[in-house]
Amino acid sequence: MSVSLALLVTMAVLYACGVYLLLEKSMTRVILGFLLIGNATNILLLIMSGRPGAAPIVDGETDPSEFADPLPQALILTAIVITFAVSAFLMALVYRSWRLAREDVLVVDPDDVNLLTSGGAESETPVADEDDTEFGTRADAAVEGAVDLDAPTTAAQPGEKMPEDQPMGPGGAPHPVRDGGGEK
Amino acid sequence: MNNVLLVPLPVLLPLIGAALSLLFYRRPRLQRLITLAVLGVVLVIGVYLLFAVNENGPLVMNVGGWAAPYGISLVVDRLSALMVSVSAAVLLAVLVFAVGQGLADEGEDNDTPVSIYYPAYLVLGAGVFNAFIAGDLFNLYVGFEILLVASYVLLTLGGTEARIRAGITYIVVSLLSSLLFLASIAMLYGATGTVNIAQLSERIGDLPVELQTLLHVMLLVAFGIKAAVFPLSFWLPDSYPTAPAPVTAVFAGLLTKVGVYAIIRAETILFPSPELNNALMVVALLTMVIGILGAIAQADIKRMLSFTLVSHIGYMVLGVALGTAAGVAAAIFYTVHHIIVQTTLFLATGLIERKAGTTSVNSVGGLLKASPLMGVLFFVPALNLGGIPPFSGFLGKLGLLEAASDVGTPLAYTLIAAGVVVSLLTLYPLARTWNLAFWRSRDEAKDYEGFLTENLKDDPYAGEKVRTRPLPKLMIGATAAMVALGVALTVFAGPLYDVATRAGDDLQGTERYITSILGPEGVR
Repeated sequence: MSVSLALLVTMAVLYACGVYLLLEKSMTRVILGFLLIGNATNILLLIMSGRPGAAPIVDGETDPSEFADPLPQALILTAIVITFAVSAFLMALVYRSWRLAREDVLVVDPDDVNLLTSGGAESETPVADEDDTEFGTRADAAVEGAVDLDAPTTAAQPGEKMPEDQPMGPGGAPHPVRDGGGEK
Repeated sequence: MNNVLLVPLPVLLPLIGAALSLLFYRRPRLQRLITLAVLGVVLVIGVYLLFAVNENGPLVMNVGGWAAPYGISLVVDRLSALMVSVSAAVLLAVLVFAVGQGLADEGEDNDTPVSIYYPAYLVLGAGVFNAFIAGDLFNLYVGFEILLVASYVLLTLGGTEARIRAGITYIVVSLLSSLLFLASIAMLYGATGTVNIAQLSERIGDLPVELQTLLHVMLLVAFGIKAAVFPLSFWLPDSYPTAPAPVTAVFAGLLTKVGVYAIIRAETILFPSPELNNALMVVALLTMVIGILGAIAQADIKRMLSFTLVSHIGYMVLGVALGTAAGVAAAIFYTVHHIIVQTTLFLATGLIERKAGTTSVNSVGGLLKASPLMGVLFFVPALNLGGIPPFSGFLGKLGLLEAASDVGTPLAYTLIAAGVVVSLLTLYPLARTWNLAFWRSRDEAKDYEGFLTENLKDDPYAGEKVRTRPLPKLMIGATAAMVALGVALTVFAGPLYDVATRAGDDLQGTERYITSILGPEGVR
């Protein structure tokens, strides 16, 4: 089976760029990466369909051996539709995430921070506010006068326990259990 | 009536139901009725198909009348019918639970939208059923995509910050696995010129061994991500617990099992050669051990259960990795058992969450006194999951260990030892939950100090609101029905194990599957 070099190179470049973008923290880039990898996979399907040929329409004159294989093209169409739907959903999700957190990057996982800092190496703590994209990570720097929605919900500091005075369950619950038999 | 005509209904009915319930988005009652009715009918069809297939052999439907290797074929054999029936039962019970919780119409703090829950739930069901009855690999991919897209919607329901954060991890990982699966399909097609599973299994054997191994590994990695097998399982405990209780329950029960089902198919029909079996056994071992070690460190019950879910996937992979009919049969039985028990435990945790307002064992206490019934509903599936005789968890593990001892290699014996130890370790976090949340009195819970709570990690994303509410009868009823189903699995373990054994036999030797789809000569 001979393969078109142009297709092969395009596929390789798309895969490489896609994987690179997918590993970024910025969600917009993750979407772009996903789109690139999706298209690279579609090209892979196209390459696997074999040599190019005539449109596979049975008219009684064309020799069937000259037809292009129609099945991979049907598969590609299906895959394109699925990729399209999923990327629409992803964009809505990222927009929602933007509106909530006013950040385009993934939130630093407090569990990971705990894991890093429990060994005592304080300096390894990632700084959530650190600029790692050219746009800056925080929208309230870009949009004048935007409300900082992060302010009231301070992230749990590494190694710090939950505040003791907050109401917790029936143990110290301020809310009585209405149908329970356990009330004194 | 022609049984073949029933084959596509488990996919068609939920899709039509989803469309209808979207149309009636202003009338939640009608939506609820449609969803319940559709899943009820699918359950009946599934059970009927199971009996029919068990008697007369596989049913094959050629969609659009195009004969097998050219058209799309839907295949129901014993394994498919069994999985469809169990999934339908689980979906139905969880739906009743969700209705009881009022998830779809009032929501917790209005963070759950009204109209989208039921349609998304039905689409999820359609995807799961489609994956189970798919007769070609591309249709399996489409089934995966249907269920994944619905699961994205359900996981991020309400779009709160925690759910969006968890959802992004889940979605990006799932997308990657889907693209890997699609790429494997592309390469399989390039190598063999077909996507029909039966025809693939005829042609794969003729390929060069290196190419076979490459394709095999690519498919296994794609399925392994979906099934949450060890090195690819990191996403699961992070994303599942943030969803609403019924959603987590149905995800935990069904979604990973679709991955396990795909692994079973891939290992038996597509690549029956034993070359990767040892590698799979090592993966199974690591999945079991590392999953349960994660569970031991968790204070939050939902996170703890998510880790045990990963751990017990290892048992199913173990059965498949043995490569014998007995191993596959035990894996099938264990999968059925685990779907039901894991869902039940998550439903019981949903009850705890509602009653106590939180699911962290650090702060919950006195539940047994508050609601003895809830105690029973948690205790029975917990014992079942831990593999206490005579429950089905014990029978499934016994089957797996017997099959492993039949194989008798040193690696198999290592796995037997690991299986027993992991089973014991599973009991530890469950018993701890029982001791702390149920047995400990409520006054003790505050400032409690003891060795049980040492080194426990709380959920870093747990919400701060704590609200206790009464338990609606419907939620208790649905959980009780699932507990009863788990017990019934024990009572009827004999016949069920027979079906699983026959399903395992069907999958040994690919001739039977091939002839049922392509006819006695096969089409090469």
